[in-house]
Amino acid sequence: MSVLVYTENQGGRFRKHIFELVSYASETAKMLNSTVTALSTGKVDESELMKLGNYGANRIISVENSLPSGFDNRAYSYVVSEVARKTGATVIILSDNHSGKAIAPGLSVRLKAAVGSGVSRLPVSTEPFVVCKRVFSGNAFAHVVLKTPVRIITLARNSFSCIESAGNPAVERMEIPVDGTLVRTTVREVIPQSGRIQLTDADIVVSGGRGMKAPGNWAPLLELAEGLGAATACSRPVSDEGWRPHEEHAGQTGRIIAPNLYIAVGISGATQHLAGVSSSKYIVAINTDRDAPIFEAAQYGIVGDAMKVLPKLTEAIKKR
Amino acid sequence: MKILVCISNVPDTTTKIRFTGENTSFDSSGVQWVINPWDELSLTRALELRDDPASGVKSVTVIHSGPASAEPTIRKALAIGADDAVRIDSPSGDAYSVAAGIAEVVRSEQYDIILCGVESSDYNGSMVGGMLAEFLEIPSVSGISELNVEGGNVTITRETDEGKEIVSVPLPFAGVVQKGIAKEPRIAAMRGIMMARSKQIRIYESGPEESLTGIKSFEKPPARDACKFIDADNPEQLIDLLQNEAKVI
Ligand SMILES: Cc1cc2nc3c(=O)[nH]c(=O)nc-3n(C[C@H](O)[C@H](O)[C@H](O)COP(=O)(O)OP(=O)(O)OC[C@H]3O[C@@H](n4cnc5c(N)ncnc54)[C@H](O)[C@@H]3O)c2cc1C
Repeated sequence: MSVLVYTENQGGRFRKHIFELVSYASETAKMLNSTVTALSTGKVDESELMKLGNYGANRIISVENSLPSGFDNRAYSYVVSEVARKTGATVIILSDNHSGKAIAPGLSVRLKAAVGSGVSRLPVSTEPFVVCKRVFSGNAFAHVVLKTPVRIITLARNSFSCIESAGNPAVERMEIPVDGTLVRTTVREVIPQSGRIQLTDADIVVSGGRGMKAPGNWAPLLELAEGLGAATACSRPVSDEGWRPHEEHAGQTGRIIAPNLYIAVGISGATQHLAGVSSSKYIVAINTDRDAPIFEAAQYGIVGDAMKVLPKLTEAIKKR
Repeated sequence: MKILVCISNVPDTTTKIRFTGENTSFDSSGVQWVINPWDELSLTRALELRDDPASGVKSVTVIHSGPASAEPTIRKALAIGADDAVRIDSPSGDAYSVAAGIAEVVRSEQYDIILCGVESSDYNGSMVGGMLAEFLEIPSVSGISELNVEGGNVTITRETDEGKEIVSVPLPFAGVVQKGIAKEPRIAAMRGIMMARSKQIRIYESGPEESLTGIKSFEKPPARDACKFIDADNPEQLIDLLQNEAKVI
């Protein structure tokens, strides 16, 4: 019996949310009186792998050569399922990001394991095994019983903090031969996102809505974001109009984000917008309309014109 | 070439979410049901492909797994332009049982492209498409924001956490679709609504697998504190509060 956590790397490094994921796995393992095995795929240096031990990984398995560099859903599911079998994992934890969502379903079918996806806190109980996940686009949480002996959890982004704890692991190399017929996705071109801060990773997000009035008005918002080291987002009509790129669209049909601080500028706060941002720790609203619903979701608000308020905020940030 | 679009029946996105029976079941009284927004977008893209002779796509079928009460939503998909509809007659199940049921239908009817939305706006699972592919042992691609088909060749843009990738896969495959796949959902025209009335929804028996999960109870998110208003002429005060009270900057 052990907890397996899939620790994906980006160019040979682990991002902060992977350490959060390992911390989550380690706390879950404590509830089960069990240990944590971290699985890394692709090339990662030993020193980087050992960092997983700082957050409670007791064993690190590195599968370096088995998988294609281009992501293939079924091939990756296969490798994770094989390692789960070999290590006798009863709980498998992945991030609720692109690859986690792509791996978990195949893994579930291969192992006949129940999935709790988008889980936002530690298991509610282990007998029966109950997890708490976001439902109705953030308007509620459900307590879901995972009824099978092996369970899969995908952990929602920004829902768990890093907890340092020495796992004293050793790194083991493992070969898992992957049948060529499993690898069917051919990557023709990779278009990396420009150097800016990734929206789904960001601790602070500054977001603009239709109240910004025109695409040419974005400079003061971008300056505030820059001053705060924040990523930028927008409401759906803004991206639909082509004022901002689609990657910035936050909400039910766009990106679902949960930063520590979300600053909504000229956004009315429609349910579909809130569905994507309501898990943020703090929401700040800047809007000319005192009755805009966004103020009901916000802890701090300024009733005022974005074009006047934004430069003053940026100035105050610079003075800090 | 045939496309199958999986349709989930969800409460209208503006629905006030309430529960009954001491928070053990969703209160569906007075709820308007609609096609899950992402499924509506994948249906729209499937129809665009069917209407483009160069794609080679000849027909679009929609499938829903659930009770007969979902039929108005299925009819809406027909009214928008789907050629054909299937309902798997089963009580609402989890992703695993739904995917297993749809896989059975695909085995007997043979589709080339199967599309699912990235998640349903009610249970936010995002699992059905990938499970279906694994049951059928066909490739799957997630995070699809563009789908092009020309003479049997499929080109996909998928969005990962790092950016975008252009990928190709052989047919048949299952695709998990997100925003970007189509601009605006297609709207049913009067003629479509009339035609949908006379179309038959084909019924299949419930699938071979039981749910692996069960919902025990619901909870509402904790109420947030009332908003603190800061004078628009002194926004510096906001920075102070964010730094010293909320401690988020
Ligand atoms: C199925 C479905 C899915 C949807 N999904 C999404 C989604 O994912 N994300 C999303 O965002 N929307 C989504 N929507 C749209 C949503 O319903 C709203 O229409 C949208 O969020 C409104 O965007 P907005 O707040 O930018 O614009 P508006 O609602 O027009 O609000 C503009 C706000 O700006 C304020 N304002 C005006 N001038 C100024 C000024 N000078 N300074 C400051 N404030 C000013 C106004 O008071 C107003 O509150 C969806 C809708 C549907 C039907």
